[in-house]
Amino acid sequence: MFSLILSTTARAIMPLTLVFSVYLLMRGHNAPGGGFVGGLIAAVAFAIASLADGVATARRALVVDPRRLMAVGLALALASGFGGVAAGQPFLTGQWAEVMVPVVGKIGTPLVFDVGVYLAVLGVSLTMLFALSEED
Amino acid sequence: MASLLVLPIVTPLGTAVLALFLWRHRRAQQAVSLLGAAALLAWAVALLLSVSRDGIQATAIGNWPAPFGITLVADLLSAMMVTLAAIVGAAVAVYSVATIDARRESFGYHPIFHVLLAGVCGAFLTGDLFNLYVWFEVLLISSFVLMGLGGERGQLEGSVKYVTLNLLSSALFLAAVGVLYGTVGTLNMADLAVALQDPRVDSRLTLAIALLLLVAFGIKAAMFPVFAWLPASYHTPPAAVAAVFAGLLTKVGVYALVRVFTLIFTHDTGVTHGLILVLSGLTMVSGVLGAAAQGEFRRVLSFHIISQIGYMLMGLGLYTRLALAGTVFYLTHHIIVKTNLFLVSGIVHRLKGTLDLASLGGLYRTRPILALLFLVPALSLAGLPPLSGFWAKLLLVQAGLEAESYSIVVVALVVSLLTLYSMTKLWTEAFWKAAPDAAEAPLSAGEWRGLLLPVAALALLTVVLGLGVEPVLALSLRAAEQLLNPAEYIRVVLGGRP
Repeated sequence: MFSLILSTTARAIMPLTLVFSVYLLMRGHNAPGGGFVGGLIAAVAFAIASLADGVATARRALVVDPRRLMAVGLALALASGFGGVAAGQPFLTGQWAEVMVPVVGKIGTPLVFDVGVYLAVLGVSLTMLFALSEED
Repeated sequence: MASLLVLPIVTPLGTAVLALFLWRHRRAQQAVSLLGAAALLAWAVALLLSVSRDGIQATAIGNWPAPFGITLVADLLSAMMVTLAAIVGAAVAVYSVATIDARRESFGYHPIFHVLLAGVCGAFLTGDLFNLYVWFEVLLISSFVLMGLGGERGQLEGSVKYVTLNLLSSALFLAAVGVLYGTVGTLNMADLAVALQDPRVDSRLTLAIALLLLVAFGIKAAMFPVFAWLPASYHTPPAAVAAVFAGLLTKVGVYALVRVFTLIFTHDTGVTHGLILVLSGLTMVSGVLGAAAQGEFRRVLSFHIISQIGYMLMGLGLYTRLALAGTVFYLTHHIIVKTNLFLVSGIVHRLKGTLDLASLGGLYRTRPILALLFLVPALSLAGLPPLSGFWAKLLLVQAGLEAESYSIVVVALVVSLLTLYSMTKLWTEAFWKAAPDAAEAPLSAGEWRGLLLPVAALALLTVVLGLGVEPVLALSLRAAEQLLNPAEYIRVVLGGRP
């Protein structure tokens, strides 16, 4: 069932939700937040889109296949562990860049790991969500 | 070299990710799966050689020192178990390529298979009790998927029982971990071993936690009286899945029992290890009697897993150097042999379309090579010299006699005879007697080779293990020595800390 009110609201809410999810991802290192919640919030954005305008529209908005997101996310998280190995330290040891990036702050392998978690969670949730809502 | 410790976990995970990228390309997924399994085998052997040469190794993940961070530790037992997991992984990966249907592959069979291997290797290598719980979950969740993948009626029925009982076991495990953390404030296994020596810790509480863990790991290992989930589910998934479950999953439970009851809970061996010894005898007997009543190929094999678990626990219960060496050797022998028997059952099913013993027969005449390849692991399981099972049982019996526990020795010998009876039954029914229905599914020569290659390789390994028993025996004895004297393990993990 198509609802004009929901569809219009969704268009306004979706970008806000996505921005909020990235905010959660970024602050997660020292404060509540992180890749997992961030990914879930991002999945909520696409869930709203799929409720308002159908799964096909939500898939188009996502551009890539959610399964691909899952694979990219896991690959990033796994790869971030080798930063430590490359520096001659144990697996998963955090490596930080010296320079400060404006807005984001310090950049390091834990951030890469969190981005990987974010993408994997987003990919997994949307794979399940889309599959379930396409079934009927 | 510290990175060797991480590789057996990272390699299967990386393989799974790569296979995920190739979601739509079956052939490429198969190639990645085979390469990943081969790489895992290479790292595992390298780890075993390195541990055997340089002693116990540990690495602190993320450079957070023990006991605060998660430590990966490889002593000889861990390294041997990882190697065995890699051997099973490689054999089943080859077998999967030959047998798993396109539908299961399109739903992600290969990535999940490698996540399962990562979970198994992680459980063998971790030095932290909560992390062990996490690896258990990793391997359980992927095993749930593998068990249910395909969605056949029997499979779903088996999965429900399997999932319910294993979740119960996980809940008990988690409860024990919680109480333990509340009591001593650490979950690093080496640190636990030190902390529980403190006389201020209430010994009754320690005993309660130990028994809680005994039940939790006992369910996973299919110990008496909590083994019912195993024969109810192992005959339902495809042969490749059943083989890797039969070879590895219950053995992770046995490994956890061995680790916990040699490193952490060794204060009250009269109660804990005495109880394990009694349970081991009951496990042997109930498994073998259950098998005698079955008329289906894979159900017979499933019940024999249970009775074999009894032998491994017998070594732990006796708790001497020779007995623990027996347990380690038995694990080595059993993982290879059991995987192989399940793979053979898969080939029989492929040929005859059924595993009901009454309607099987005549395979000795039509497929003599297959019959021979069944006979090697079957006789090894029953403990006929000079195959590997004979030496495994000999060690345990000798250890039992040395410890003057004559009743368990008698039980072990009788159960061994009954195992021979079961294997003879499988032989006569499936291979020797005239076939009630001579029809066989046609197999191309290429397909036949793909099926036989892993089976033949594992059978060869069984024979080699039996004939050249010395090096593995020496390794098992050294592993047992490390288990009995955990001081070195604790020193390596905690560094200079007292």
